[in-house]
Amino acid sequence: MATMSEADSKSLLVEYGLPVLPEQSVRTIVEAVAAADSVGYPCVMKLSGDRIAHKTERNLVRLSIGTAAQARDAAGELLSAATPDDGEVTLLVAPMVSSSREFIVGAQRSSEFGPVVMVGIGGIFAEALEDVAFRMLPASTDDAYAMLGDLRTGALLDAFRGEPAVDRACLVGVIESVSAAMIARPDIVAIDINPVLIHNGTPVAVDALVELA
Amino acid sequence: MSADLQPLFEPRGVVVAGASTHPGKFGFATLHNILTCGYEGQVFATNRSATPDNPVEILGIDCLPSVRDVPQGQADLVYVCVPAPAVPDVLRDASAVGIRAAFIASAGFGEGGDEAGAAIGAELAAIAAELDLAIAGPNGQGLVSTPASLCAQFVAPWPKRGGISIVSQSGNLASGAMNHADAGGVGVARAVSAGNSLCLDVDDYLAWFGADEATQSIIAYVEGVADARRFYDVLAQTARAKPVVVVKGGSSSEGAKAAASHTGSLATDDRIFDGLLRQAGAWRARDIGAAFGAAAALGVHGHMRGPNVAVLTNAGGWGVLTADALEPSLVDLMVLPDDLHAQLDAIMPPRWSASNPVDVAGGETRETIPAALRVLAEHDQVDAVLLLGLGIQSNTASLFRAGRFANDPDIERICAFHERQDRLYAQSVVDVSAETGTPILAATELAIADPANPGPATLRANGHPCYASPSDAVDALSALYARGRFLGALR
Repeated sequence: MATMSEADSKSLLVEYGLPVLPEQSVRTIVEAVAAADSVGYPCVMKLSGDRIAHKTERNLVRLSIGTAAQARDAAGELLSAATPDDGEVTLLVAPMVSSSREFIVGAQRSSEFGPVVMVGIGGIFAEALEDVAFRMLPASTDDAYAMLGDLRTGALLDAFRGEPAVDRACLVGVIESVSAAMIARPDIVAIDINPVLIHNGTPVAVDALVELA
Repeated sequence: MSADLQPLFEPRGVVVAGASTHPGKFGFATLHNILTCGYEGQVFATNRSATPDNPVEILGIDCLPSVRDVPQGQADLVYVCVPAPAVPDVLRDASAVGIRAAFIASAGFGEGGDEAGAAIGAELAAIAAELDLAIAGPNGQGLVSTPASLCAQFVAPWPKRGGISIVSQSGNLASGAMNHADAGGVGVARAVSAGNSLCLDVDDYLAWFGADEATQSIIAYVEGVADARRFYDVLAQTARAKPVVVVKGGSSSEGAKAAASHTGSLATDDRIFDGLLRQAGAWRARDIGAAFGAAAALGVHGHMRGPNVAVLTNAGGWGVLTADALEPSLVDLMVLPDDLHAQLDAIMPPRWSASNPVDVAGGETRETIPAALRVLAEHDQVDAVLLLGLGIQSNTASLFRAGRFANDPDIERICAFHERQDRLYAQSVVDVSAETGTPILAATELAIADPANPGPATLRANGHPCYASPSDAVDALSALYARGRFLGALR
């Protein structure tokens, strides 16, 4: 099994309709600062590579970058954190979105059930809540909506802490893009979109991991 | 392609292979149950000790030495009680005399990792394909088919006739579901204990029940499925035709351990299985009692056309608990529309609750409850009615009748009145739901606390369920609403 880089995972899934932020993939510190200037501050910078599956655990994510100087420092740190085992790496520079709600969308090819798609509550309480819903693939649009209805903490989909209700059609779109990729590409064994942030009610995938057979 | 299970559930004649003279053995009890529950086809029995010089007679049946001796074409089904190593020959003999289906009660086909047994088990599958035999079991209790008056099982019960069909990976839970039939008011069409499912699996029975005219709703108890994709496809197809209620055993980690030693089922990710059931349109019940309650409502009433429930009660506390049970459920304690409120105002006692639950507050006349049931059920925004407190009057009568003054003619007169009222209420549930098409359920603890009470007894006699608690009834209403939603039949 092989993982794809975040950048490649996203560009694969964007073809199937995954909503992502306008982000730039660059190779050098100079390019990274230019990218940060262009996406605007605050921004996020991440190290991306085919063999980097667990960025957070390896501290390869820099949040809330507020100035060009901070962007330069972050790019330097991240590039020097790369190891020879990581192979070819790039820096992903994306706008930083604020969000008080996170979801997870994923898919897997189960030996028992075949291809299945999943949506769940994400964020720091995800493991404690273990609030997820599955469907067999292929699944209909109605099935995708029904998955949202299955979530026990479905109240998180409604208006919340001054933010508007989650755009359900858009979140269903995330589920359907992952589903479509899973069906079209038999070589994909798993997809993990974690987190899907809710920004002003609109879901956006800020990380993505595709595993190939 | 789905298997033809007609010879299993509607056989022209039945053979008990390995019939026994000992009432403690499967081969005696099964023959007894077939003979005593009204099966009208020919019944044969085999016993290997039987010879012309040494005839063996069991329960009036002269045993044949072998299945080979059954007259050609006289039987469709063989119920097999012989030890596992002898089973393959019995099946070949059965096929040779025109038998097309077998239920194998015997164990010893590889349960618990026995290799020799597993080899015989593999042979069964080969024989099924080679001889085109529908083979149920092994290691199961048997099957019931009330349209054929057939009780081919070594255990009880012989349930009342009805529209619920049951397939269970546990024999005892097949019996358990059938045991609810008499108390629950709704009877059974077919039931089968799937045993180890070496040939016919749960999905084969589901597919056949889905097309079976005698089946109105289906209960499946499942611990594990050999092919989850096939199970899903068949379940989805079956659920389009008939409501299916599934109980999944081994959904917790401790339950999964128990299932592994019971049926050898591997632990399944319960969250995925749950999604599979929802997607296929099946209703999941927590246990067999809840499954029976849901299947009964689904079989009798079909579905709800929306989530609106009107609760009619003459017992305030029951109304409160029902409102509590409705809150987290799929269905709603509806707000009474103005026109309905006005209609009720015209027929209700002055002190009625003036809201839902519609509480008559003890002020009813003899016609209040039937009239209110009709007004509620006829309203186009009421999707179901739940009647509470059925049987209270008869319960009062019951104490009068047991008391020292039972011979007093005034007491006799009031007892008869009370009982007539409960019969009238129950009959109204049956008639008004049939006339309006609006599901009406009733709940009273007297359904189990005093099954002879004329309220619940009248419902049962009409093939209607009577729930023992508000939450049981609300579960059944939720199943009816989910069914309407699945069918795209919401208004």
